[in-house]
Amino acid sequence: MSFRFEDAASLRDDLRRVDYLSDEGIAGVVYLADRLQKPVLVEGPAGTGKTQLAKSVSEVLGTRLIRLQCYEGLDEAKALYEWNYKKQLLRIQSDRSDEHDWAGVSEDIFSDEFLLTRPLLEAISAPDPVVLLIDEVDRVEVETEALLLEILSDYQVSIPELGTIEAKQIPLVFLTSNNTRELSEALKRRCLYLHVDYPDLEREKEIVLTKVPDITENLADQVARVVRSIRQIELKKAPSVSETIDWAKTLVLLGVEKIEEQTASDTLNILLKYQSDIRKAAKELVTADGVSV
Amino acid sequence: MTATGTTEGNGRSAKTVPLELGDAVLELLNGFIIELRAAGLPVSLTENLDALEAVKHVPIGDRESFKYALGATLVKHYNHWKAFETVFEVYFSLRGKEYAIGEDGELLDLEDGDLDDAQAGDQQGAGGGGENLSPEELAEMLFQSLMRGDSQMMKGVARQAVRRFAGMEPGRPVGGTYYLYRTLRNLDLDGVLERLLQQAQDTQGEASEMDQRLWRDEYQHRIDQLQKEIEAEIRRRLVADRGVEAMAKTLRKPLPEDVDFMHASREEMTNLRKAIYPLTRKLAARLQRKRRHGRRGPLDFRRTVRASLSCGGVPVEPKFRNPNPHKPEIFVIADISGSVAAFARFTLHLVYAISGQFSKVRSFVFIDGLDEVTSYFEGVEDINEAVHRVNTEADVVWVDGHSDYGHALGVFWQKYGKDIGPRTSVMILGDARNNYHAAESWIVKEMQDKARHVYWLNPEPRSYWDTGDSIVGEYAQHCDGSFEVRNLRQLEAFVENLV
Repeated sequence: MSFRFEDAASLRDDLRRVDYLSDEGIAGVVYLADRLQKPVLVEGPAGTGKTQLAKSVSEVLGTRLIRLQCYEGLDEAKALYEWNYKKQLLRIQSDRSDEHDWAGVSEDIFSDEFLLTRPLLEAISAPDPVVLLIDEVDRVEVETEALLLEILSDYQVSIPELGTIEAKQIPLVFLTSNNTRELSEALKRRCLYLHVDYPDLEREKEIVLTKVPDITENLADQVARVVRSIRQIELKKAPSVSETIDWAKTLVLLGVEKIEEQTASDTLNILLKYQSDIRKAAKELVTADGVSV
Repeated sequence: MTATGTTEGNGRSAKTVPLELGDAVLELLNGFIIELRAAGLPVSLTENLDALEAVKHVPIGDRESFKYALGATLVKHYNHWKAFETVFEVYFSLRGKEYAIGEDGELLDLEDGDLDDAQAGDQQGAGGGGENLSPEELAEMLFQSLMRGDSQMMKGVARQAVRRFAGMEPGRPVGGTYYLYRTLRNLDLDGVLERLLQQAQDTQGEASEMDQRLWRDEYQHRIDQLQKEIEAEIRRRLVADRGVEAMAKTLRKPLPEDVDFMHASREEMTNLRKAIYPLTRKLAARLQRKRRHGRRGPLDFRRTVRASLSCGGVPVEPKFRNPNPHKPEIFVIADISGSVAAFARFTLHLVYAISGQFSKVRSFVFIDGLDEVTSYFEGVEDINEAVHRVNTEADVVWVDGHSDYGHALGVFWQKYGKDIGPRTSVMILGDARNNYHAAESWIVKEMQDKARHVYWLNPEPRSYWDTGDSIVGEYAQHCDGSFEVRNLRQLEAFVENLV
């Protein structure tokens, strides 16, 4: 068994090369996931680059990314596999005239030809090492989570009619969650846990510098500072990293070189999405004493 | 095992080689995990094994990697991270090279040599000088380190400050907060903050309000860092003095969801307020989902037939109608007198945050008088604000502002009793400490006859019920249930069942 990554530090450099600025914790956990062959459960506020992490890792490795977007009502048929009923029906109907016995037909219609693979099955039956991303796993119901357990712990899928399909290679699995509900213990136990929070000042500044071309270092620094201050205010929804980037882009487009109060409060609607938040932040930002309520 | 255990040498030498898990490390990790469990983190056996496996893959000399390896395998909930960090600090604080305590365990002699070493070895430049510094010089160093945001220098200052001001004596039975307080009092960080701001203004010239705000945040951030360094330093010394296990025990704090409403410190209160918003969001999502998926509606014949057409008329997939269970109506009657105000606040917050799950929510608050506050919550985006208004504006005092459940319930019954219908659930919040007034418990009985359910939520531990002037038992006999709700976990569980 060869490992994908040399060590955490080199992984971090590789990620930087594909414009994903990780920190020690992120790189360390991904590295461990590879070593221990365990899935990573990535949690954190929206817009902190959880999905992007999986994408970037697959880019670093130069492998395919198979993505399963979770939603309410996701079931086995859409996550694992499904029998192609319609094709099976056609097969049976077209057989009527021939004198095939039932055993022959049933053997025939439950074969690979009539099996529709869905992302999870695809990920483990792929011959090449892939990265599997199970996005927003907190959106499925608790009962549906159980679907994932077999694949996450043993990297295999059991299909009653066909038997157990084992993974040809161990995929690197990422699960992301926005924490809208508590995931089950069983799921958590099988995963390494990574909490991705808002980046600290330096990292956010670097992110802005890499993601927004033409931005001056000075402006990026200011952007990061303002955003940090805004995050300290009690808001309904704190600005995410992607919103920071959008804001920085806007400022560049507007030709702003130094953020003044006026520009800041005029463009706050890019950072914040609730009217009450915008009002509150605008008020707070210009109050120098900085005592947030 | 003692704090200055045998693992120290191990930790140093293993800096580059992958770790061979020695007995000492195993034992240490074992103690660590036991402590995590004692702190309330659910660490299962598999996770324990994973952690042991994981640390084999990281260089143990690298403290941060080691921490993340343990964190990723043992801590599966963000709220628990803080507790994990504390325990980690205690267990592994002495195990880095730069934190080495003298071999002979002589605590008080080490700093000067230590700092000088640091200066020579790790370019901890500004930390040097040690003993010879006058308090003024130290203050100046503190100021400079904060001005420049030089973390190495801050570390040095933190060490010096603790050494000088905390007045730590081995074996003295006081908590870390005492030493922290003593150190901070001497450093006068508020004053330093003002000075920093002044300095920034002087050098950078005229500044807008926003700039000032940003500076303040920046310096505040640095000061917080310094404070963390000081705390860490104190903790390190205490661990060296008292041993790991004893120290971990004194630092054990309840997890946020277990913090008692009635005895929460100010800091815990702020944390609770922060915790309640994501919690309500989570609860609302879960309830909505449950409502939609809890049960299937009747068969939808038309859609089933339509779907069967693509399979040649075979109804492979039956379709069902969406279920549409009715929503309950909620009346919240809350005591907001001093002792239980926090509890009422959280409950109101929670109930309104999920008000979408109810067909109607009405709320009443009382002390000895009673007032309806439903209108405060209508069309308000920020529930916090509404709750604040309830506390300041509602007209709840009748005579003297001491709880009088009997009179308050009487007013309620007279004014609003007729609004209670068979679909109403009534929640009464309070400790039922009635100051020996008349109970008027017949009102609760009447309510129960009319309403669907009447629940009593009491923020006091069950063992205190019916002691002193508490008459909760008298009311509870007419309720469909009375519950002890002392922390967020219990509150959440109750509200979930209610829907």
